[in-house]
Amino acid sequence: MKPAAFDYYKPETLDEALSLLDEFGYDAKILAGGQSLIPMMNMRLARPPVLIDINGVPGMTGIEVGDSEIVIGGLTRHYMVEHSAEIRSSCPMLAEGIKLIGHSQIRSRGTIGGSIVHADPTAELPVMLTALGGKVTVVSSGEERELTPEELFLTYMTTTIEPNEIVKSVHFPVIAERTGHAIEEFTLRSGDFAIIIAAASVTLDEEGLIESAALCIGGVDGVPVKLDDVTDELIGHAPSDELFEESCAPITDMVEPEKDIHASVEYRKDLCVALSRRVLKKAADEAKLA
Amino acid sequence: MTEKTAESNRLKTITLKVNHKEYTVDVEPRMLLSDVLRDILRLTGTHVGCEHGVCGACTITMDGRPVRSCLVFGVQADQADIVTVEGLESEDGELHPLQKGFWEKHGLQCGFCTPGMLMTACHLLEHNPDPSREEIREAISGNLCRCTGYQGIVDAVEYAAKEMRERAE
Ligand SMILES: Cc1cc2nc3c(=O)[nH]c(=O)nc-3n(C[C@H](O)[C@H](O)[C@H](O)COP(=O)(O)OP(=O)(O)OC[C@H]3O[C@@H](n4cnc5c(N)ncnc54)[C@H](O)[C@@H]3O)c2cc1C
Ligand code: FES
Ligand code: FES
Repeated sequence: MKPAAFDYYKPETLDEALSLLDEFGYDAKILAGGQSLIPMMNMRLARPPVLIDINGVPGMTGIEVGDSEIVIGGLTRHYMVEHSAEIRSSCPMLAEGIKLIGHSQIRSRGTIGGSIVHADPTAELPVMLTALGGKVTVVSSGEERELTPEELFLTYMTTTIEPNEIVKSVHFPVIAERTGHAIEEFTLRSGDFAIIIAAASVTLDEEGLIESAALCIGGVDGVPVKLDDVTDELIGHAPSDELFEESCAPITDMVEPEKDIHASVEYRKDLCVALSRRVLKKAADEAKLA
Repeated sequence: MTEKTAESNRLKTITLKVNHKEYTVDVEPRMLLSDVLRDILRLTGTHVGCEHGVCGACTITMDGRPVRSCLVFGVQADQADIVTVEGLESEDGELHPLQKGFWEKHGLQCGFCTPGMLMTACHLLEHNPDPSREEIREAISGNLCRCTGYQGIVDAVEYAAKEMRERAE
């Protein structure tokens, strides 16, 4: 399986990359880590006539942790986030979740921007971005705009990013006080794509009652699904096994996963409930320690 | 635009270091790094199984990180520092402790997955000289083996880790 021939460009500035996108339009594809695009090209599921390799574009790699926001360059590779001590303390879920992406050999090359644009509904980054309420900055020639996850993800492998746009950076909030994060997924083998992923964030007030919470599930729809109806019920209560059990039980009726050879609909629903319970509890436990 | 297209599609000249030796070669942009290594440089130790990143047979290290050579275009390896399985043994031909470990502990049968296993394990031991069996299993989870049941491979990596720690002392 070999890719079809293509024209290869390696721009040296962001402006140059953007003007190539303007010139070639739908014919062009950006090549970042290549860990999703190259497999598709090898199988000839994708045969883009033009590839614009952005690996030589300066200023798109790096992690900046501010007081309230973490800014990660679109070209930052997964392993860099995985091994960042700053990320581990400022956004524990991100460090933990990135480790679940494929295998170390994939994380060596794959990028944050690439994962977001690829928009696989069982991928970790879209789920974390949605659970944490992050943002994405995209640029085109002469323009820049910010997108929330709700504005960004349309359906399976589809986002609202235009063919002339590049993801410049991805933004996550710094973990707030008295807050805990957790992400868990079920895979058939370590490193495989998840069947179901759940991610949660829980903030406690000074009395130890739940002040706010977020829960997001991947693998049940074309986009990550945020379950505000579940987390709204938690507010004002003390975290307990019973509370999470009770509030997560109705998730069975809230999600509509599809079946495939790996798991039935019922099994996936059970996973949603079990993983949700687990991440909420884990996040609450972390919040107590914070 | 046609002029530009013809230009960008042509053979590209790249220079890369493989196992400490520098090579300058012409490659078509669509040529995978695994094919550059095997077909142009004749370094056929790097195996090709699935060509979509799943089996791990083609794993090499690129600038010190383990990478699927079937998921990198050769043109992208311009100026890169690459180590393949051929680069593991020392100059005087002594086997790397990992190679010895695979020999001693029956870490291979057909040997198809072995180059990728070795390169992945090599990176693990560089960063974690005393991994648990669990950590070894997790590290090699991106490398498929159809023959061994992994038991011998895990034993081999443990053996090599011990050997390397003793050498370092
Ligand atoms: C064996 C294997 C297992 C994997 N397992 C997982 C997993 O468990 N979880 C997971 O999330 N992923 C997994 N992946 C996918 C991989 O993690 C990729 O890192 C990721 O999805 C794509 O990132 P990339 O940088 O490699 O993007 P590319 O492959 O380079 O690009 C992907 C798409 O995004 C576009 N693009 C890339 N960067 C930008 C940008 N900055 N702006 C605009 N468009 C851009 C490209 O044009 C292309 O359409 C796996 C891959 C393999 C081969
Ligand atoms: S050939 Fe590269 S991972 Fe299988
Ligand atoms: S030894 Fe045959 S595939 Fe691993």
